[in-house]
Amino acid sequence: MSAILECSNLSKRFGSVNALSGVNLTIEPGRIVGLLGPNGSGKTTLIKLTNGLLTPSEGEIRILGELPGKLSHSMVSYLPERTSIPLWMTVDQLLDFYSDFYPDFDRTVAVGMLENLGIRGNQKIKEQSKGTREKVQLTMVMSRHAKLYLLDEPIGGVDPAARDYILNTIISNYNPEASVIISTHLIADVEQVLDEVVFIRQGAILLQSTVDEIREDKGKSVDALFREVFKC
Amino acid sequence: MTWSFQNDSPIYAQLVNGLTLRIVSGIYLAGEKLPSVRDLAAEAGVNPNTMQRALTELERIGLMFSQRTAGRFVTEDRTMIEQAKKGLAEEQVNRFLTAMTGLGYDITDIISLLKEKETKRAKEVQ
Repeated sequence: MSAILECSNLSKRFGSVNALSGVNLTIEPGRIVGLLGPNGSGKTTLIKLTNGLLTPSEGEIRILGELPGKLSHSMVSYLPERTSIPLWMTVDQLLDFYSDFYPDFDRTVAVGMLENLGIRGNQKIKEQSKGTREKVQLTMVMSRHAKLYLLDEPIGGVDPAARDYILNTIISNYNPEASVIISTHLIADVEQVLDEVVFIRQGAILLQSTVDEIREDKGKSVDALFREVFKC
Repeated sequence: MTWSFQNDSPIYAQLVNGLTLRIVSGIYLAGEKLPSVRDLAAEAGVNPNTMQRALTELERIGLMFSQRTAGRFVTEDRTMIEQAKKGLAEEQVNRFLTAMTGLGYDITDIISLLKEKETKRAKEVQ
């Protein structure tokens, strides 16, 4: 079976700025991967290249063997950094919208999650708090049966109890044929949910390893290693 | 019994210890069928592959066994469970001894401290 994600010699320049340079990265199916790096290290650029919102300056990126395009879009479920759901809709209208738009959207799963999070269907998105909007959007993204979930800072704006619920959702949605990439600064919170971590610095991959390899070899958590490697 | 993890050792190793503790303390009984990997992972809040690795290790040790279609079970061998209990007890004793030695007590002091404690406890029970 081919890799979920394969980047070879991938580079992205914005004018004279190298956002990513010469990235080689393979993500196998069935993995939950943490994409970790300081602000401006290239995490979001890598995610946007993967879902085709940006095109590479050099090199190549493939999702299940496909270049980013119509076919890959149908397999990738993406949670952007910023809220991108239509604010004028109610939650119920958003459920209709997602059901129409994505054949792999599982409405029953979404409704169940919204209930657990205590979110009402008749509420307009624009009347919701920032944290609630984030929960709604993440619910939509996680309720698709995708092959690759790209979550850009999924838990930054929500309270610790909702954070636990979201991480638990990621675990219980686990599918050996799909992978999840989570970009976050809240390493201690996600560490035990991850198989693998990728450290990224100034647009280059610094390290790709499993969480337990790091703990075994270094005798410290990924969070502690991150603080050491990226010490300011 | 909720899960918490230390920062200085692999998560799978901590899962092996935690699951062993559940077996020796009878939360999971000898011969009992275990929940699925996914449910165990969700309950502990860990990655399913990490949980799988811990379960494989427990099978290797002999505290659990798999049946092709029926699922995964706790061993029926009670001697084996007793042995595992003894192993965990030894670990606790070693940890205690290391801490006490660090405080400057030698083994004779430690034994008399324990006896003192036991006498006090016995009086309180009366």
